[in-house]
Amino acid sequence: MLDLTYETPKPKVIQGATGDWELVIGLEVHAQVASNAKLFSGASTEFGAEPNAQVAFVDAAMPGMLPVINEGCIALAVKTGLGLKAQINLTSAFDRKNYFYPDLPQGYQISQLYHPIVGEGEVLVDMEPGVARLVRIERIHLEQDAGKSIHDMDPNMSFVDLNRTGVALMEIVSRPDIRGPEEAAAYVVKLRQILRYLGTCDGNMQNGNLRADVNVSVCRPGDYEKYQASQDFSHLGTRCEIKNMNSMRFIQQAIDFEAKRQIALLEDGKTVDQETRLYDPDKGETRSMRSKEEAHDYRYFPCPDLLPLEIEQGWVDDIAATLPELPDAKKARFVADYGMTEYDAGVLTAELDSAVFFENVAQGRDGKLAANWVINELFGRLNKDDHPIDASPISAGQLGQIIDLLSDDTISGKIAKDVFEIAYTTGRDPAEIVETEGMKQVTDTGAIEAAVDQVMADNPDQVAKAKENPKLAGWFVGQVMKATGGKANPKAVNQLIAKKLGR
Amino acid sequence: MSDLNTLTIADARDKLRAGDITSVELTEACLNATAAAEKLNAVVHHTPDLAVEQAKAADARLKKGDAPAMCGIPLGIKDLFCTKGVASQAASAILNGFKPEYESTVSGQLFDAGAVMIGKLNMDEFAMGSSNETSTYGNVLNPWRADGNDTALTPGGSSGGSAAAVAADLCLAATGTDTGGSIRQPAAFVGITGLKPTYGRCSRWGVVAFASSLDQAGPMTKTVRDAAIMFQAMAGYDPKDSTSADLALPDFEAAITGDIKGKTIGIPKEYRMDGMPDEIEKLWADGRDMLQDAGAKIADISLPHTKYALPAYYVIAPAEASSNLARYDGVRYGHRAALGQGDGITEMYEKTRAEGFGDEVKRRVMIGTYVLSAGFYDAYYNRARRVRTLIKKDFEDVFAQGVDAILTPATPSAAFELGQEFDDPVQMYLNDVFTVTVNLAGLPGIAVPAGLDGKGLPLGLQLIGKPWEEGELLNIAASLEDRAGFVAKPAKWW
Repeated sequence: MLDLTYETPKPKVIQGATGDWELVIGLEVHAQVASNAKLFSGASTEFGAEPNAQVAFVDAAMPGMLPVINEGCIALAVKTGLGLKAQINLTSAFDRKNYFYPDLPQGYQISQLYHPIVGEGEVLVDMEPGVARLVRIERIHLEQDAGKSIHDMDPNMSFVDLNRTGVALMEIVSRPDIRGPEEAAAYVVKLRQILRYLGTCDGNMQNGNLRADVNVSVCRPGDYEKYQASQDFSHLGTRCEIKNMNSMRFIQQAIDFEAKRQIALLEDGKTVDQETRLYDPDKGETRSMRSKEEAHDYRYFPCPDLLPLEIEQGWVDDIAATLPELPDAKKARFVADYGMTEYDAGVLTAELDSAVFFENVAQGRDGKLAANWVINELFGRLNKDDHPIDASPISAGQLGQIIDLLSDDTISGKIAKDVFEIAYTTGRDPAEIVETEGMKQVTDTGAIEAAVDQVMADNPDQVAKAKENPKLAGWFVGQVMKATGGKANPKAVNQLIAKKLGR
Repeated sequence: MSDLNTLTIADARDKLRAGDITSVELTEACLNATAAAEKLNAVVHHTPDLAVEQAKAADARLKKGDAPAMCGIPLGIKDLFCTKGVASQAASAILNGFKPEYESTVSGQLFDAGAVMIGKLNMDEFAMGSSNETSTYGNVLNPWRADGNDTALTPGGSSGGSAAAVAADLCLAATGTDTGGSIRQPAAFVGITGLKPTYGRCSRWGVVAFASSLDQAGPMTKTVRDAAIMFQAMAGYDPKDSTSADLALPDFEAAITGDIKGKTIGIPKEYRMDGMPDEIEKLWADGRDMLQDAGAKIADISLPHTKYALPAYYVIAPAEASSNLARYDGVRYGHRAALGQGDGITEMYEKTRAEGFGDEVKRRVMIGTYVLSAGFYDAYYNRARRVRTLIKKDFEDVFAQGVDAILTPATPSAAFELGQEFDDPVQMYLNDVFTVTVNLAGLPGIAVPAGLDGKGLPLGLQLIGKPWEEGELLNIAASLEDRAGFVAKPAKWW
């Protein structure tokens, strides 16, 4: 059995002038489905094409054009639901959300308000070893992305790029179970990690392929527990929604600012207005985008161009059979199988590619040693160069060779680091490097003894001092290592010197 | 041979196959008739060059013996169908200059079968109207006039151009679309046959949407047999339309056997409206007798929710239309208003749509927006959807009781004077009273000319069939047509 027990973190508390406040946070994460074609058209979803190069007639809402559901997108949404241990709804339906904007050619977004494809699920958000928050997922629905309006290319005109129009998004809606800015960021990190493991979203936040709307409210200690007991939202404060966040750092900053803003209002005897806000990272503040009164009336109604979506349990089961080992299970297995700490297991499983790399290194070797080398040497070096793991210049096999050479005493730990650096920069094989560069450890005691004798003969004063003060023996070790170009086995050198100094 | 344009599809097909006539001759007869009928304002985009080119290609196919039934048959295409490279405006100014780069599935199937297009036909703007008076091209004139009276009459709507073109022999048949009666009412007003198929039978892909859950394309022809022949080429599963039905097509012409013995025809009591003209009442009774004479059994039936159909229709159709027409925003195609200094996107939307849409379209967009808005959705849209379910169930119940088809009047009156109802939307909407139930229930319905009123104007009867049973419906309609023996033609005045 995998050990997945954990403690719940304490909610973040903000001290106000009138007492303590707690935060209640829920997120709506928009994840671009990693499909080749759009949700309702065959146009490509590839990033970076010329503007308006990837637009089908239906994406441009030409008269008489009709949407047809892309089965691949449905499969990826189902896979996501299964990965979040969620209920899969065998019947779902698409609705139209009506509003006008130039980058929304149809004048409506096709979404799933009334009958989403995925129901309730959960995400375990790791905060620190042994501490995690279970965040409930309310639903996941599929919807079309909008295009892009470009306002800064011409003083008098706006331009529209429809490449993104109609790309499938999963909106993953959490319950208000998140209790602080760090938890919110950790939730997005964890969700992104799961989606990347599943291969259903590439998680690229810079390109906007993963972005979050953050709902924040504040309440007094004890109120949240009343809400939990009753699921009655009236125990919670009025929430504001911060739109379109695509950085973990900004999510935390925005929540922190927003909570303090709401607390200041409440402590001032004012009320929080339910509204949509935007975060300005330059000023570090949120500001009102539109109030509840100004909110759009989206006039949702069932999309008459699409019949309700019926899927079969057998098809869902087939998808379930393709689910990979997910982060929680992999992490627990790493701890159990390789004897590493939960922290190290967390580092190694953060990205699927890292975990795979590590397991290739660790195969048939000491897991802890492999973990140390991957985390400390390799990750350290990759970070310095800003390389992702899949661009590592040294292969798992090569790193494994270094560990093998170290384990069988062919090279010393210090030399191993030199070999790593050479292999990393040149791509040469470690065994060949050690051979060609003459980096093998000298274990021949005769040769080491000759070196020790030579150093002692050259330094009679030091020998005399060392015989009185054993702490000075280290000086001899250093001299011998220097004389052997670092290749002497340090253990043998130590032993010989101790013997010669008469200890 | 003269007057080739007056042939039926069936006759023309036989003559073409026999080599008695060529499609080019037939097409030129229609083009000549069309050129001489500008007063009717039925054809709004003429495509004579394309027509002759298509006719030549059809003649080549006919020569090779590779000739489907529609090969070489000149047709008019309603302006609602997108036709590649040919203006397709849904009779709206907002689509001024729009020439699609694609061909609607239905018109594409007709052309693949060798049909010839003489031009695009007038209609009510976005198919919203019952008199063809909401068209940006101006109204169509009905080729029929009351005896001894030159007053201009409506051809009905929204497929008014299609109806007038077929009745005036400008083409052998035409495509129509029917959302609440837009094929059947104009067919009845001009004395031709109009078939509204089962929802999902003809692809909606490439047909400008009015109300997606109700819209259905169908043939408007001179005879029931012609409707079967043309329908065969229009219908069929289309993976590009998710609401299209993946069902095999029977041979619809072969379904016309002339034998309806033992079939049960339902006469729904709810269709006997207060104030219904005696002539309509009499026509309905005559139709009943004709079918009985042909061997059918007559059953008095009840469709209890009929009276709620019209209000439900005028909630659902505008609701869908308000959303479907949101795309006409001046951004990508069609009309865009000239903007003033300082005007932004909101002004662009408002001015473009104010200039581009006519009053009836604006009225329905506003009704639709209202019934979908927060706080009114349940009271209007959801309630209308429930009514729709009940209406559908009414029909399912009578079909389950053994009724094969239902006979009703097609319209509450004969063709009325242009302008007569234009300023009274509610009166105009009442034109659809006998036809909307069929759309709400997704059933096939057909209007068959059955007689003339006291002023010499054509009147039609409607037969409503079981879902996917257009073959049986056409067979019963053919019997009715046969017994009614309607042969009158409008006296040519144009």
